[in-house]
Amino acid sequence: MFLHSLMLFFSALTVFSVVLLAVWMLFARQGRQAISVTAVGIGTLRQRLGMSSVIVIGIAGVVAVLVALLAMSDGYRETLSKTGSTDTAIVMRGASASEVMSVLDHDSVTLIPQTAGIAKDAKGQPIASPELVVAANLPIKGGQPDEEGSVQLRGVSDQAWAVRPNLKIVEGRKFTPGMRELIVGKGAARQFAGLEPGHQVRLGSQLWTVVGVFASGDSMDSEVWGDAGVVADTYRRGSSRASVTVKLADPGAFDAFKTTLEANPQLKVDVSTTLDYFSKQSEGMSSFLTIIGIVVGSIMAIGAIFGALNCMFAAVAARAREIATLRAIGFRGLPVVVAVMLETMLLALLGGLIGGLLAWLVFNGYSASTLAAGSVGKLSFELKVSAELLWVGLLWALTIGFIGGLFPAVRAARLPVTTALREL
Amino acid sequence: MKYFHLIWAALFRRKTRTILTLVSIIAAFLLFGMLDAVRTGFDQAGNSANGAERLQTGSRLSFIQTLPQSLEARIAQVPGVKMVTYANWFGGAYQDPHNQVFSFAVEPNYLDLYPEMEVSPAERKAFETTRTGALVGEKLAQRFHWKVGDKIPMQSTIFPNHEGSKNWTFDIVGILHSKDKKSGGFYDQMFLLNWKYFDETTPYNRGQVGWYVTRVTDVNQADRVAKAIDAISANSDHETRTQTEAAATASWMKQLADIGLIVTSIMGAVFFTLLLLSGNTMMQAVRERTSELAVLKTIGFSSRSVLAMVLAESVLLLLLGGVLGLALAMLVVGGVHAAMGGAIPMAPVDAGIWLRGLLLMIAAGLLVGALPAMRAMRLNIVDALAGR
Repeated sequence: MFLHSLMLFFSALTVFSVVLLAVWMLFARQGRQAISVTAVGIGTLRQRLGMSSVIVIGIAGVVAVLVALLAMSDGYRETLSKTGSTDTAIVMRGASASEVMSVLDHDSVTLIPQTAGIAKDAKGQPIASPELVVAANLPIKGGQPDEEGSVQLRGVSDQAWAVRPNLKIVEGRKFTPGMRELIVGKGAARQFAGLEPGHQVRLGSQLWTVVGVFASGDSMDSEVWGDAGVVADTYRRGSSRASVTVKLADPGAFDAFKTTLEANPQLKVDVSTTLDYFSKQSEGMSSFLTIIGIVVGSIMAIGAIFGALNCMFAAVAARAREIATLRAIGFRGLPVVVAVMLETMLLALLGGLIGGLLAWLVFNGYSASTLAAGSVGKLSFELKVSAELLWVGLLWALTIGFIGGLFPAVRAARLPVTTALREL
Repeated sequence: MKYFHLIWAALFRRKTRTILTLVSIIAAFLLFGMLDAVRTGFDQAGNSANGAERLQTGSRLSFIQTLPQSLEARIAQVPGVKMVTYANWFGGAYQDPHNQVFSFAVEPNYLDLYPEMEVSPAERKAFETTRTGALVGEKLAQRFHWKVGDKIPMQSTIFPNHEGSKNWTFDIVGILHSKDKKSGGFYDQMFLLNWKYFDETTPYNRGQVGWYVTRVTDVNQADRVAKAIDAISANSDHETRTQTEAAATASWMKQLADIGLIVTSIMGAVFFTLLLLSGNTMMQAVRERTSELAVLKTIGFSSRSVLAMVLAESVLLLLLGGVLGLALAMLVVGGVHAAMGGAIPMAPVDAGIWLRGLLLMIAAGLLVGALPAMRAMRLNIVDALAGR
């Protein structure tokens, strides 16, 4: 939150200064002087191609790395928060940190759907999906022959589709209840070997047939689904389930639903909206990734600032005579400062754009995976280079350019005219 | 070496420029040191002599699936097995569910398999005899200000007790010290509770074991023993999967993140920029000194020694910045270690990282200096002195 408001502040500051600068340059005398000095500086950039490209490439590197790391954090958070919604609620045993740690016995599982406030389907049945969540070891795609990874396996009934309308079968068909059949998420299919329709996989000592692939665009994509009864049998869970996901008749009545359930003396459960549940799961990891991005970005930015300082000092030194001449014929100090700053910021802007473009080209939609908190399988997610992130990258670039240009600019303006003219 | 003062003077001919370049190099190598520490930490996790002797047996289905306790006796009979113990997750958290603690329910002989954890004999005896006793890692005790004799509440995020409440109470009877602070920092964060108390208190466990840990008599036999253990429960409803601790940890780390790829791409971006930047500095330095270099040649320095001097200058520049940067990384990583106490896999900046770093500095220095040095070597005295 703090970072967000900081960014808003910087954005406002940037826009404000750009407007102010434009007005000044167009209407004030010194402003027009600044335009002509800047034009000379930019016109001669070619002669300093090596140095200018150091600034551009250095800043492009910082922005590309920063944007890529932040895109990772954003993509992760978004995948998890997209998984939930405010009109569905998840009921788990009290004191469970996540679905996989929760156990609801048969009585609770039959009792929960009878609570008031749950939406009803066409047949008048409550839309409530009792589900079992376990982990399964499967061979990793492209790994060693014996290398296995963990995937989250969800045992579901028909109602699971009703509470997640965004989930679609994209290949093959749904599993047949009572059979050892699996449908796999797109993300899971990408990471684990043999998860193609028609193939068989081993879970423990049993062979299961993959019959379909589903897509939902959220964290369910990393899961594998089977019939709840058969999964419970394989994992010796009897008639217990991990959670019940329900569709609320009225999203505004969530509090009432929660109070009713938690007050029921026959049950010991925690209730939260699915949006809340999945967002909470992403909190720790996503802020961890953001911090890494900022730390790495800052260290790189320090390097880039000093690189820019170096280059601009050299540029100012190379143009010392020219600047002194301008001042001798009546140009004031301020236009010179503004011109050098503008030149640096322009190079920085170019670097920021290149870096952002690079990050967007290479990393937008790049799929990464990690063991997610609160889940027991590899969660695959896509890096998302949003317009907002590109803007953050540009702000960083401009900040680096500002600091890197400020000191050389001041030096250029302060240089005694006589000394500078005698130089060389 | 006898020209060292000459090279040094050339390097600091323009102090501002050299210092600015140095700061950029320091930043690059600070980043290199830190990232390489994380990468090494991930690579080395679970890689110790003791770790190679230990086998972990879990359910073939998944790591959350439990195994029957009756397997213990059968695993103990496998030839080549020296000792076997078992444990289960407790999922403990202190005060706030976010304060997760590495907590396992273990048999007292668990400590025999982990010589990396040290406990005084008296405290160990107390752990065996106190039903609600718990052994806590040194750093963990510091973090929550626990001391021996304290009675502490602990929440389990997995197992309620027989009253259905998540709140458990433990008596701290001893402190665990990791023997090797460098690689075993993890053990200072452990919380061990008695298996018996755990199993009898929660209605959700009932004699089920999370995983078995076996110590083999001969490391070279580890593969055979692992296969023999898995053969015991083949084709049953509780098939097992046995791996050395090193292999199991490596597989977890790999699933957690493809650290190698991330680190390589960041370092690629950093060094590309660095080469360009210091290359530019060296080019400028040589261009400025054209006439001085010509004088050197005039008074008898061979072209080759001029080449060597410019190369030495750029290597020296990189070495100066690089060594400072790595030293800084050493401090930072040390600080992170002190603050987090092995909670994240980050190896200290050791000889291996220094060696890789030094090689990088020299390679980068040579690469950066190559072009300006060639230029200096090919310098024509007459043209250079005439300023052409």
